Amino acid sequence: MNGNRLPTAEFEVEEVVRATHSAEADGRQEPGIDMLQVLAADGTMAAGLSAQVAGRPVDFSPYLSSSDPDHLRSLYRDMFLIRRFDQESTALQRQGQLALWVPLTGQEAAQIGSGRALEPQDYAFPTYREHGVALTRGVELAEILRLFRGVTNGGWDPRERNFHLYTLVLAAQSLHAVGYAMGMQRDQLADPFLPPAASIAYFGDGASSEGDIHESMVFAASFDAPVVFFCQNNQWAISVPSTVQTRVPLAQRAEGYGFPGIRVDGNDVVAVEAVTRWALEHARSGKGPVLIEAYTYRMSAHTTADDPTKYRLSHDEQEWQPRDPLVRLEAHLRSTGMADDAFFEDLGAEARTMATGLRQAVLSMTAPDLASRFAAVYAEPHPLIQEELRFFEQYEAGFADEGKHA
Amino acid sequence: MATMTIAKAINEGLRASLANNPKTLLMGEDIGELGGVYRVTDGLKRDFGALRVVDSPLAESGIIGTAIGLALRGYRPICEIQFDGFVFPGFNQITTQLAKLRTRSDGMLTAPVVIRIPYGGGIGSVEHHSESPEALFAHTAGLRIITPSNAQDAYWMIQQAVTCEDPVIVFEPKRRYWLKGEVDTAAPTTDPFSAQVLRRGTDATVVAYGPLVPVALAAAAAAEEDGRSIEVIDLRSISPIDFDTVTESVTRTGRLVVAHEAPTFGGIGGEIAARISERAFLSLEAPVIRVGGFHMPYPVARVEEQYLPDIDRILEALDRAFAY
Ligand SMILES: Cc1ncc(C[n+]2csc(CCOP(=O)(O)OP(=O)(O)O)c2C)c(N)n1
Repeated sequence: MNGNRLPTAEFEVEEVVRATHSAEADGRQEPGIDMLQVLAADGTMAAGLSAQVAGRPVDFSPYLSSSDPDHLRSLYRDMFLIRRFDQESTALQRQGQLALWVPLTGQEAAQIGSGRALEPQDYAFPTYREHGVALTRGVELAEILRLFRGVTNGGWDPRERNFHLYTLVLAAQSLHAVGYAMGMQRDQLADPFLPPAASIAYFGDGASSEGDIHESMVFAASFDAPVVFFCQNNQWAISVPSTVQTRVPLAQRAEGYGFPGIRVDGNDVVAVEAVTRWALEHARSGKGPVLIEAYTYRMSAHTTADDPTKYRLSHDEQEWQPRDPLVRLEAHLRSTGMADDAFFEDLGAEARTMATGLRQAVLSMTAPDLASRFAAVYAEPHPLIQEELRFFEQYEAGFADEGKHA
Repeated sequence: MATMTIAKAINEGLRASLANNPKTLLMGEDIGELGGVYRVTDGLKRDFGALRVVDSPLAESGIIGTAIGLALRGYRPICEIQFDGFVFPGFNQITTQLAKLRTRSDGMLTAPVVIRIPYGGGIGSVEHHSESPEALFAHTAGLRIITPSNAQDAYWMIQQAVTCEDPVIVFEPKRRYWLKGEVDTAAPTTDPFSAQVLRRGTDATVVAYGPLVPVALAAAAAAEEDGRSIEVIDLRSISPIDFDTVTESVTRTGRLVVAHEAPTFGGIGGEIAARISERAFLSLEAPVIRVGGFHMPYPVARVEEQYLPDIDRILEALDRAFAY
């Protein structure tokens, strides 16, 4: 196993940034811990993957897909397409076609790797940045944009894809994931012939401070719920560095709840996939929850409303650039002869076509009329809804008579 | 017909819900061996087991958030919040998640979670054990809120809440847990989201709910001695509110007093007053008058009798209504 220490920042810029980063000077910088990795930044691939997890040796090698060229190419394809999706969505936001965009650039490996580890019967609870996981679950990417276009607060049928709707209240979905896993556990007891299943809860390093994360870990541990907590530590919660959220590596927190915690190189798609496969199997087989901390970096802004130049050191960005998850897998595919120029050119063409399709899909998305929104508040008839809908329709009809209002 | 306390009626209602559907389960703090701090779940763990009656970790957000997840998986969780004042750690899950799941999914998902909250004062307890936070929840679209005031309703309304496809909060009037009444376990009461006229009258209407229903009935009886005929409505459902029943009554009586324990400011009484003013303005002989708690945190037990609306406060309000 490769041990990677946390990057140490050197500070030279403005006061504000220095103050934010002074956490390290205070001794609040989290200590480095071992981080699982197989695919190094230069594209070399280690032969195996094993580590001590919760005091016991675990061999992740059986979960590694590194010797399967088709699989590696498909992992690369997913990462490439989702990055292109990210760029197109950012452009659409800049052009005023989306209200907001939440970019994922830098986090492709964490998302594609973990998403591809899921089985169809597993169920994922994303936060709001998990576009890559959505891709692996078969969600139409255009459907994700419906939320950001402002035509719905959802966008897809979660049950069809076993991929829940985005949640904007940080950490709230972690409890839903645990409850859902408790339901899976009960279903399994009632019908042992069901394929074993687990849920996975995504959240960020900032969200890890929310009480709901604590409560979800307590519940998960108490009931041995088949759930995997997947924290993407991208170093930042908008402008606040992860050192303000935690004094210990997030993966270490699991120990306090009584289940295994693992830190994996979140820019190494092969390691992320292997570790997540192991964790899901652990959960499905009744051994209880696992926390995975995918150590990564948010290359882009938090959202299109954010301005990272106000708080982030360009030095950090430069340091993370060479660890780009796509670059390293490309290097590996090329150096081993698993992929040639033609593969990358074809992929580029596929991505361009996808982007054009997305753009058309977004421009053709129309707003629902407010009247239809009354229908989705309650499942059963509700007199207040009926009364207010009647009022609204009459009010609107009044304008129609005058020919003023569309 | 059997005679039982409200607490026992809820217990029997929960028992029936657990027996009728294997996907129902109870979750809450101390609800297993102890049977809840009010013993409302007494004996249910013994009869249905720890998988159906779950002593949860001590975490309100956790209880409600995991209940949402269970509901998404097809289960019917019934959560117990130990006391009204302790629902707030779970407020986020109730208002931002539970209430909005259906809208967020454009109607594709429902979260039929039931949350039971013992509420209201009059038990001589300490801080946070006697609150009436119903208006804070009623303001949130997507939730339904009911409150039984007698054993018959207690037995049936909890079961109706469990079979409802929407999330339902059941505010249980804790100081009435030991109030006995007849329960017809064969025939359900009417639609739980409707109000009921408990007493007919011609001169004024008093609307009350939960713990104040017996007070309103007693006030009506006292007023009768003064020659006033008072109609009493048990609201039963706080969201939605059955304005039709109230409007119909007020168009006959011409006067309306609304009584609840919660502070009047920003409360349910104000909502009823506004709606009835719109709907029955020409029938009103007097403005709608509210009787409720004052704009202060629930007072210490030694003075709660002065705080809580009693018969005299309702009679005084009626006097004011009749003075117009
Ligand atoms: C309960 C809550 N508080 C505040 C916010 C506003 N907010 C949105 S994202 C964010 C930072 C989240 O950081 P992190 O959890 O690390 O996730 P990331 O966006 O970096 O992936 C904040 C403060 C929110 N959405 N929810």
